[in-house]
Order: sequence, then structure tokens, then C-alpha cells
Amino acid sequence: MNFQSDQFRVNVGLAEMLKGGVIMDVVNADHARIAQEAGAAAVMALERVPSDIRKEGGVARMSQIAIIRDIIKAVSIPVMAKVRIGHFMEARILEVLGVDYIDESEVLTPADEEHHIDKRGFKVPFVCGARNLGEALRRIAEGAAMIRTKGEAGSGNIVEAVRHIRTIVKEMKQLTVLGKEELVHESKNLQAPLELVQYVAEHGKLPVPNFSAGGIATPADAALVMQLGAEAVFVGSGIFKSSDPEKRAKAIVKAATYYRDPVKLLEASEELGEAMPGLDIAKLPEGELLQTRGW
Amino acid sequence: MAPLVGVLALQGDFEAHRKALERAGARAVEVRTAADLEQLDGLIIPGGESSTMLKLLDLEGLVQPLQEFGKQKPIFGTCAGAILLAREVLNPHQPSLGLMDLTVERNAYGRQIDSRIATIDVQGKPAEAVFIRAPIIRRVGPNAKVLAEYRGDPVMVEEGKHLVATFHPELSAGDRIHREFVERLGK
Repeated sequence: MNFQSDQFRVNVGLAEMLKGGVIMDVVNADHARIAQEAGAAAVMALERVPSDIRKEGGVARMSQIAIIRDIIKAVSIPVMAKVRIGHFMEARILEVLGVDYIDESEVLTPADEEHHIDKRGFKVPFVCGARNLGEALRRIAEGAAMIRTKGEAGSGNIVEAVRHIRTIVKEMKQLTVLGKEELVHESKNLQAPLELVQYVAEHGKLPVPNFSAGGIATPADAALVMQLGAEAVFVGSGIFKSSDPEKRAKAIVKAATYYRDPVKLLEASEELGEAMPGLDIAKLPEGELLQTRGW
Repeated sequence: MAPLVGVLALQGDFEAHRKALERAGARAVEVRTAADLEQLDGLIIPGGESSTMLKLLDLEGLVQPLQEFGKQKPIFGTCAGAILLAREVLNPHQPSLGLMDLTVERNAYGRQIDSRIATIDVQGKPAEAVFIRAPIIRRVGPNAKVLAEYRGDPVMVEEGKHLVATFHPELSAGDRIHREFVERLGK
């Protein structure tokens, strides 16, 4: 991957602009307007929010084009949209449509059980999920300009998001103390290109922004993952499956800015109504986990 | 002592600005509350989403403190920061701090696939300009001085103490444009 190419730099540049912000899942233009009004830094268009995909089952695909068009017309903030893992034709269509970021997402039903999209051949930037450093670096090698830890989408349970951000941060720290010959060995262990392993060893961070997703349901959840090292948050079902989406959206926006300030977080957490119902991930059958999709 | 410059850190690429300020020889601190504005010699309003920043400015009662600050001290706005400093904002109409007599149109080059890196002329010397979903300055007031243009539109403008750029000098390797801002502090 040529990190110095103009295309890659402007693609990472948009991710830089989203830092400290909240990217909200929306299924239609009304949701998108509510999200923007609450202070979302971007919206993510998808067919159904993850908790509904979980409940209803079936194949989850890219959103209908007419709905994405409506969303683009409805808001001035960046519009992202999800495609199925490996489905480069859904991605080509969204690129022509003019979405600002594509999420090659485990939340949708994978189209390819071996290959992700070769994202280097696109002008539009991509974000991909990861549970550990090796997975993150493989996605970056394929051209992803932003990583988000996967968590467990649609669960309303922060435990997996915490596990994934902690894992990536710890694996990055470990690389910074290793010698050059050890990095070659780590590249083999992580199943990631040596060049990227060397970058992380030198800088102690990924060459692209690292956001958090999958299970954020409260302002406290958002502040927690940001304290652990996430640079922005994606919130899916957590907003529109709560009892008062407008209020909750605003509160999570505030929490992403004041994540180090418990007094402001208390203010953000007052009178929010009911959070979305949560799932105990330990009780989910392995086949129902979304995070294990992607390779 | 090196000047102390705040970077408004509500949302956006404030971290990149902090690093650019340090390269330019200033001390940098993040600003999230009105109290954080005390002691500063100048302020940067970074890139990001101007509509998100406006919500947070409103929610935290920061509009008036920033307007007061701008009467006394220099502010440098990049991209979303330029939008917040302008008197009039288009596409869509939205409120702003109104500290500079400018009209700025949001997302005026198009969507992310229209983002680009260009070489522009800043006062006789070439400079890299990173444009990301950038605005265009459609009108400058009579007291404004245009410091750089791209395709015939002003992209870097000063008026009185304040400075705006529609591109992102904080995402380029050098420190020239930040140094220019830092050097005008305390004068």
C-alpha cells in the first residue's frame, strides 16, 4: 500500500475529520435528519439496523439505492453505506452513487467467504472491521483507510467492543519494544505484511484512524471505548432502538467529546429513558456471532 | 516563552493541528470549555463537521465566549473552522460565529470522491493544499486580504487578526502556514 499516494491521503484525511465524532446507523432519510440534528459527524446507511438483522434473519444486503439517495439529499454531513464482505460490485455501485465512505461490513451477509474487496482500486474510501491487530493490518494492506473494532453489532453489550479495542491496543504496544528480527517473526504470527508491522512498531499506532463499533448503547459506553483508545465511535442499534433516539443521540455526541470529563458524562447520562435491550453474548450460539465474519 | 495556542477539540482533526503547532514552535492545548480559553495567545478551529461543532458550541454555551475571544485574540480556522468564522454560510444556511466578513459555501467541490491534493501559490511560494469535502469562499469583505487562490476562488484569507484556509495545512508535512499564524500572535 502506498501511504503517500494523494488518493490514500485524502481518504485517510476524511477519517481524520470524523475523529471525536459519532457515526450513526440510519435506515432512512428521517433517521438521517434526526442523527444530523443531534450532532452526528456522519451517518451510515444500511438496510436494517443490526438488532433487526439478528431478529429477522435472511440475507442482509446493501441498502436500496433510492433510500441512500434520499439520505444523501437529506443531510450535509458525510454519508457512508455498508456493502457485504467481498462484494466489490455493490462497492462499485456505491462509488458511482457518490457515498463518502464504504463500510465492508460483517453486519451484512458475506458475499465471499475467502476474499475481502481489493480496496486499492477504488477512489472512494473504505472502513473495515477488525478484532485484532493482524486482521486490522490485513484490511489496511487491502486499502482500508479507516479501521473500526468490530465488537458484536446489535447486541447492546459493550463487552466485545472492549475486548477488541484492548486487544489491538495491547498488540500494538507489544510491537514497539521488539527488535527488527522479532518483527519478521511477528509479521508471520499476525499474518500481516512486514511493512505494516514495522510501521506500527515505530509509531505505536495504526497508519489509519481506529474507531470503535458494535455494542455501544449509552454515553458511558462511548466514553469507555474512547478512553481505551478509540478515536471515534459508530453507534448502530443503540440509538434508534432506544426509547428516545433524539435525546440518546445527543447524549452520545456529548460523551464522545467529553469522554474524559465525568461531570459532563453525568449530565449526558441524565433522563435518557430506556436503552436498547441487551444480549448476553456468552449465551449466543457461535453461528449467530457477527464478529467472526471476515478473514 | 513560546506562544500558547488552543485547538478547539469538540470534534475533528484537532490532534493533527496540535502536532502541526508543535512543529511550528508553539505550545498547544486542547479547548473544550470556556475556562480553557483563559491564558491563550490564539486559537485554531480545526477541520471536522461544522454542523457537529455548532451543536456542541450551542450545548456548552461556547458561542459567546468564542466571539469575545475573537475580539481580543487571533483565530485561525481551517475548513470547518473557516465555515464557523464566516459571517454567512450557504448549502445549507446555518449559524456561525460571524467573526470574519466572508460568505462560505459548504461541500462546494462535491462529495468525498472530489476531494484532492493540489499545489497552490501562497504569497509567491508553492504550497501543498489538501482539500477534503472542502467549502468555497464565495465572497470576501472589503477589508479581507486574499493570500492564496485555487481555480480562481480564494482558499486562504486574512481579515484583521484572523486567518482562514479552506484546505488542511495540518495534514501536510511542513509547518509554514502554522508558523505564519504563530508568528502573528502577541503582535
